[in-house]
Amino acid sequence: MKSAVIVFPGSNRDRDMQYALTRITGDAPQMIWHAEPTLPPLDLIVLPGGFSYGDYLRTGAIAARSPVMRAVADAAAKGVPVLGVCNGFQILCEAGLLPGILMRNASLRFICRDVHLRVETADSPFTRAYAKGDVFRTPVAHGEGNYTADAETLARLNGEDRVAFRYVTAAGEATAEANANGSVENIAGILSDRRNVLGLMPHPENMIEPAHGNTGGRRLFESLTHTLVAA
Amino acid sequence: MQARVTVTLKTGILDPQGKAIEGALASLGFSGVGSVRQGKVFDIALEETDPARAKAQLDAMCEKLLANTVIESYRVELV
Repeated sequence: MKSAVIVFPGSNRDRDMQYALTRITGDAPQMIWHAEPTLPPLDLIVLPGGFSYGDYLRTGAIAARSPVMRAVADAAAKGVPVLGVCNGFQILCEAGLLPGILMRNASLRFICRDVHLRVETADSPFTRAYAKGDVFRTPVAHGEGNYTADAETLARLNGEDRVAFRYVTAAGEATAEANANGSVENIAGILSDRRNVLGLMPHPENMIEPAHGNTGGRRLFESLTHTLVAA
Repeated sequence: MQARVTVTLKTGILDPQGKAIEGALASLGFSGVGSVRQGKVFDIALEETDPARAKAQLDAMCEKLLANTVIESYRVELV
């Protein structure tokens, strides 16, 4: 499987992603610097977590306008799966590849802890190894993960089954207490209209082997592996 | 030509930083503060000398980068 991790100045989860992709897909991803104007043919593009450009202006705003993002948008338009985790999700929203925006956490605090996610749809290249309703534990580490979108966008996301994950309790309930950052409707991750772009705030790449304490994030990468092998 | 762009959160968008500042003002004893909204100011020096063209350039800058119009509105002034 030919994958790439895009590295921006200030990315810091790029090597965690490299490790997860290598371990689970069996192939090491290419690490591609953000200044590259073109991309080779790829089966998967990942925008990793971090603090690209020091979060200047708005989180992900400067990275979203970097040269490589035009090539990422072209690949996404051709149907190549694009995964954005944490800062990667912020960049996808700023680039217009996903709707809405991630705002400052409602608590105003940086959150670094484990949360529970409920899989809201298995109908995507990223979630098909899960079943709808599955709950798994995964870490979050962000100051700006408070997902917001206008009512029309939310209605479309819900109506088109494009909410991928919600923050829930261990028992799988989307309560206010389980909502780590104040996101509207507990939304933790969303899909693009063609379902080939996924952005999520939590870090599935940090929950893939027993030493992490849990392997709940593994199936996201297994989904991609199965999808791409089948395709 | 010199310009000032002001970017603020749209009405109805929660501004937790503004709320925190509001609380701090109250704790300093400033009474009668209805609300505080925090925003950003950009002072931009342009080579353009025609006000209409400068305004068009600045609007484009706001739409493409300076503001995220999902949650923010902007105001352009030539100074």
